[in-house]
Amino acid sequence: MAKESLKMLHFEKICEILNDYDYRPDKLIPILREIQEEYRYLPEEVMTFVASSLDISPARVFGVATFFEHFKLSPRGKYVIKICDGTACHVKGSMNLYNTIKEKIGLGDEEETTDDLLFTLETVSCLGACGLAPVMVINDKVYGQLTPEKTEKIIEDIIKKEKDGEEE
Amino acid sequence: MCIDFDKIKNDFSSKEKNIQKRIIICAGTGCVANGSLEVYEEFVKILEDKNMDVVVDLHKENDENKKGYHVSKSGCQGFCQMGPLVAIEPEGILYVKIKPEDVKDIVEKTIKNNEIINEYLYTDPKTEKFCETKEEIPFYREQKRYVLKECGVIDPSDIKEYIYRGGYESAKKVYTEYSPKEVCEEISRAGLRGRGGGGFPTGKKWEFTRVKESKKKYIICNGDEGDPGAFMDRSIMEGNPHSVIEGMMIAAKAVGADKGYIYVRTEYPLAVKRIKKAIKDAEEMNILGDNIFGTDESYHLEVMEGAGAFVCGEETALMSSIEGKRGMPMPKPPYPADKGLWEKPTVINNVETLATVPLIIRDGSTEFKKIGTENSPGTKVFALTGNVPNTGLIEVPFGTTIREIIYDIGGGVLNKDGKIDNDSFKAVQIGGPSGGCLTEEELDIEMDFDKLVDIGAMVGSGGLVVIGKNTCIVQVAQFFMQFTQNESCGKCVPCREGTKQLLALLNEIIDGKGNAETLDELERLSKVITNSSLCGLGKTAPSPVLSTLKNFRAEYEAHVIQDKCIAGECEALLTPEIDPEKCRGCTLCSKVCPVDAIEGEPKKVHTIDEEKCIKCGSCAEKCNFEAIKGV
Amino acid sequence: MENKKYIEIDNRKVEIEDERNILELARKANIDIPTFCYHSELSIYGACRLCMVEIEGRGLTTSCSTKPEPGMKIKTNTRQLREIRKTIIELILANHDKNCPTCQKNQSCKLQDLARRFDIDEISFKQTEKDEPKDESSHALIRDPNKCILCGDCVRMCNEIQGIGALDFAYRGAKVQVLPAFGHDISDVDCVNCGQCARVCPTGAIVPKKEIDEVWEKIDEDKMVVAQIAPAVRVSLGEYFGKEPGEVSTGQIVSALKMLGVDKVYDTSFTADLTVLEEGAEFLERLETDQNLPQFSSCCPGWVKFAEQYFPELLDNISSCKSPQQMFGSLAKKILPEKNNIEEEDLSVISIMPCTAKKYEAKREELKDEIDNVITTQELGLMIEQAGIDFNSLEPESLDMPFGFKTGGGVIFGSSGGVSEAVLRYVSEKVTGKKSDSYEYRETRGEEGIREVTVNLDGKEINMAIVYGLANAKKVAKDVLNDKCKYDFIEVMACPGGCIGGAGQPVSYDLETIKRRGESLYQIDKSLHLHKPQDNPYITECYDDVLDEIGSKRAHELLHTKYYNKQRISKEGLELIKQSKDKKIEIGVCVGTNCYVKGSQELLRRIMQYIQKKGYSDIVDAQATFCFENCSQAPVVRIGDELINGCTFDKAMNVLEEKIKNI
Repeated sequence: MAKESLKMLHFEKICEILNDYDYRPDKLIPILREIQEEYRYLPEEVMTFVASSLDISPARVFGVATFFEHFKLSPRGKYVIKICDGTACHVKGSMNLYNTIKEKIGLGDEEETTDDLLFTLETVSCLGACGLAPVMVINDKVYGQLTPEKTEKIIEDIIKKEKDGEEE
Repeated sequence: MCIDFDKIKNDFSSKEKNIQKRIIICAGTGCVANGSLEVYEEFVKILEDKNMDVVVDLHKENDENKKGYHVSKSGCQGFCQMGPLVAIEPEGILYVKIKPEDVKDIVEKTIKNNEIINEYLYTDPKTEKFCETKEEIPFYREQKRYVLKECGVIDPSDIKEYIYRGGYESAKKVYTEYSPKEVCEEISRAGLRGRGGGGFPTGKKWEFTRVKESKKKYIICNGDEGDPGAFMDRSIMEGNPHSVIEGMMIAAKAVGADKGYIYVRTEYPLAVKRIKKAIKDAEEMNILGDNIFGTDESYHLEVMEGAGAFVCGEETALMSSIEGKRGMPMPKPPYPADKGLWEKPTVINNVETLATVPLIIRDGSTEFKKIGTENSPGTKVFALTGNVPNTGLIEVPFGTTIREIIYDIGGGVLNKDGKIDNDSFKAVQIGGPSGGCLTEEELDIEMDFDKLVDIGAMVGSGGLVVIGKNTCIVQVAQFFMQFTQNESCGKCVPCREGTKQLLALLNEIIDGKGNAETLDELERLSKVITNSSLCGLGKTAPSPVLSTLKNFRAEYEAHVIQDKCIAGECEALLTPEIDPEKCRGCTLCSKVCPVDAIEGEPKKVHTIDEEKCIKCGSCAEKCNFEAIKGV
Repeated sequence: MENKKYIEIDNRKVEIEDERNILELARKANIDIPTFCYHSELSIYGACRLCMVEIEGRGLTTSCSTKPEPGMKIKTNTRQLREIRKTIIELILANHDKNCPTCQKNQSCKLQDLARRFDIDEISFKQTEKDEPKDESSHALIRDPNKCILCGDCVRMCNEIQGIGALDFAYRGAKVQVLPAFGHDISDVDCVNCGQCARVCPTGAIVPKKEIDEVWEKIDEDKMVVAQIAPAVRVSLGEYFGKEPGEVSTGQIVSALKMLGVDKVYDTSFTADLTVLEEGAEFLERLETDQNLPQFSSCCPGWVKFAEQYFPELLDNISSCKSPQQMFGSLAKKILPEKNNIEEEDLSVISIMPCTAKKYEAKREELKDEIDNVITTQELGLMIEQAGIDFNSLEPESLDMPFGFKTGGGVIFGSSGGVSEAVLRYVSEKVTGKKSDSYEYRETRGEEGIREVTVNLDGKEINMAIVYGLANAKKVAKDVLNDKCKYDFIEVMACPGGCIGGAGQPVSYDLETIKRRGESLYQIDKSLHLHKPQDNPYITECYDDVLDEIGSKRAHELLHTKYYNKQRISKEGLELIKQSKDKKIEIGVCVGTNCYVKGSQELLRRIMQYIQKKGYSDIVDAQATFCFENCSQAPVVRIGDELINGCTFDKAMNVLEEKIKNI
């Protein structure tokens, strides 16, 4: 029941967002951003709905959504892990962290999100926290000066927390 | 209605008088990541527990009569590596790497009893002396913090503190005393050049836009900082957002714009939050909006969050995305001054440039010109990273040499074990993906816009990455090429297809498949891309390749002719060998080798025949002691 | 004093007139600067970088995006420029499917041509092309991403000229692709099959779908095969065989078709004449009753699908007449079997059209089986080549009767404005009741994409709009909806210049070609005996024999059709309350554009609230759906099996309560 009303709210929310932006096609990017905050990704139906509401072509909405890194077209994990691969982090071994996590959460090649929708793993170009390199962000929390060991521990803690939560 | 700055200042200073000590906790992204917010909470909690008057918000009514301790958060203080940073005023004490559990101690000793705790101070590794204040720390001492001066001191979310420290006076001056032409002239006289890349004279840019007849004009602040390894714009937007707004207001007056956009990278949520709050506060105070300072002029600001595309740092791409389109650059001409956002005359300046503007108006162009060099007056903020002990955000006048930055501010060069070893310097990469790699010989050049271009680099957005001997220069070039390739918008052929081919060529070299022709091909293609790409990103995409080819040709040649990677980073070019220290003589490797390249008696150190080895890697996989390298 | 302004290109003085860029000016000076992404009809894009030139004192710049300024000294061919061009072409080729012999664009491909011109004998770069599947879902077009060079010509054409945007760029950097929305098949999105994307595509990335093999099969099958030739074909097929644009080759086409094995060759202009009478009568009736005005023409299948997608509320305004192609099919299948003493299934009707959308039209549910195959002008050219016929040396032959006889009115249908002029030729005599010697309405002719024409017929004013390009059509249609104009009749053609600019015509990137084809059609009109469709004796005979009267029931059965609202993107509804198997009642609220505008979103919100409040969540499923294709009755709600048009909240609740009671 809770889930159902949540879905309904979401749809209302889209109309609210469109209203807030006065149905202006030039506001497509902020509109998509806010919609993604609701859904955590951009479902196709929603993009079509946005296109017809703004009187632009669905292909254009798709084009904008796929141009920007920020927009995601498939459901994302509960924990989104972003490994910074900016210069400083790269030099300090950010890809080692990436591989460690990838193995730990059992992601296959070309995969970003785990099947249980718990984790999404990706790299970003620079988080602007170079002084703390290498850096990663999980959802909104920044972790700096990492080593593969530290990273593994952080992931383990999350997995454990989730397991405990389930058992309760 | 005119805002009474004096009243705000008096109010502020009378409140500040009641404050015995101010504890400033750095809340820049770096320190937050290291737990500075917890430190902040802990300060508030412990001070409250001890019934000491805590002031969190100076302007809260019931806090007014407290003669207490002001705990505030600041923007980035620059020394990110040493975070969380805690500054205690008025003494100017700086504590580094503070954890919540240290707070109790600090309150007991330093706050209550003015006792300095050495273990929290920064120790100068050269002299091994404790540094009590920022001024004693070489990292700060050798800088000239001009634009960043208030960052890391003031509370970025308190507009009154900004005004108390002279903020918005410059805006008021130009709105009430200057004609648009005079503003342009003053900025031109100051010789201010755009900090975002090419260094175009700001006054000229404004003047071009000013003379365009149009009812609608725009000022855009380009905060889409995306160079990997640069974060100065973020720091300014987080640490002193009002300085950016004030700069935009002055620009607006200069060209006759009534609307502006601040374009901020989406990866900088804190900057977005702070800028949004600053706009709201400025509007509430009638500083922004209609009838600015009692004139009939208006200026309205909107924040546009980027959605993650490096190319949107290019001005025409940035404008496309404000218009709700894919961020693909357009050919120039027409230039934005002519046909910019919505085809209207538009000025696009970068964050640092705009934050410098109020200071020029405050100090006057003559004073400003005293800083920096003849052709590049003023200061520049750099993000110093890589193999140096002191990384962080630094500000120096133009004309400073890179040697001074690396050795005096950065504290020297680190070797692969993390020890200071100045012999391990190899190169410094400046200007991000559009810039170049400089060598030892170029460290003494007095840096400014033109001199860097002369040697094939550029100020760019100001990333400075120190690269040690253990880093392979081909891989550095490849890293940047991979970046540009990912971030290319894909519109024009040279950038989209050309960078793909450059990357393939670099990979060939790294994989040991290159030859002398590969280098020629790299050079030839790089030049075509430079000459024919549509936008600045494409035109400068080959810079990392061209500058490393020029300065480190021998290292490239070693890869393609002698099949050697000097830094020992390119696995395909490693010599297969067995570490005699680690080998136990278990014979597993010789058994598994398909070409019988490994010899050795049981219990004795084995050896690999380099000629026979096909680098299949089976031996290393089998080895339990990690003794085999280079296969 | 002389006011002329000059520029120097490759050491030669060239006068600046009103050229919008250096590239156009160079063309005037007979220098063809290579380009993929510049088209005079589209916006400037600046992506291929081939058209770079060197301006003294300014360095390298793209000539497409630079305005000529007096005194400029320009070099278009230097060592550096050649190197750039060569490298760019090589870079493109390194990422291109180079199976030229099996490519439909072989020998008319710009990339192939430039590779030859720049003497590319080797590609020094690594091959990076990927093997992406072709999209063959459409009846009209084939999209082959492996041949796309990302010049964006199709994207801008579809967006700027046609106002649709069925194709756009997707993704970024090396992954960039031109795709229909969400990467769907092109037949599942808002594409109207006009094929203008294919017309401007420099390579074989989008090409018209061929039906040649099917036609050969029909010819081989010992069936009676009849062909109709559209007006625009006769003035362009010659180009395929190296003749000047506009050269008329009707007679040779007939001979060639006969040699190919076609039994009878007829003229679409005949049924165009017929269309004029039916559409004209319909128009007169609407004028009289003042209903469903303005009347939109219906000859162009691209426009019809466009209207069905975007302007459902105007569907009643579109003439119910089938297009001349379909009228021909319908009539041929009705009359010819009996006449020739064969079974209907032993007759094959093929059409030769300048158009790709006609392929789609022939396969529409309401019209299918009238036309068996549609081939384009290009395909006919290819068939003639396959048969080894020396087209240029053929002796002309005449069209077969009766469907080969036409008036000039039926011929000018191929040009924008032609339908309007032909209709005027009929309507004027009907309104005035007088026969007149003149027949030309020159005010209907022209090159502008939107032309307004007012004709005074004995005091009766008729306001017309003549439109080509669907973006223009969108503009006019919106004006109609917003009551911003007072037209009585609106002619819409999707393609620039009308059918003569269709995507099935021989490849030409020059708008001058289209102009010359048009001029030829009006020449044919002049040279013909009769000009007014109502004077066509065979049409009269047709009415006498089969059709009864103009606008009769019989004529409607055979010659008229219906239109349906179409979803822009086919897909399932957006589910708002999770579906469970034991739910008894489903509610679907349309949130398509039209219903949306009429407040369906608010309606849905209230229905949802109601369901929640009443605790019906377990028995009622509510969904936002995208279209019931009933847009003129918006907002539309479906409750169970009941479709409620013009639904209000109260109406919906009444029905819902009723249904719940009945469970």
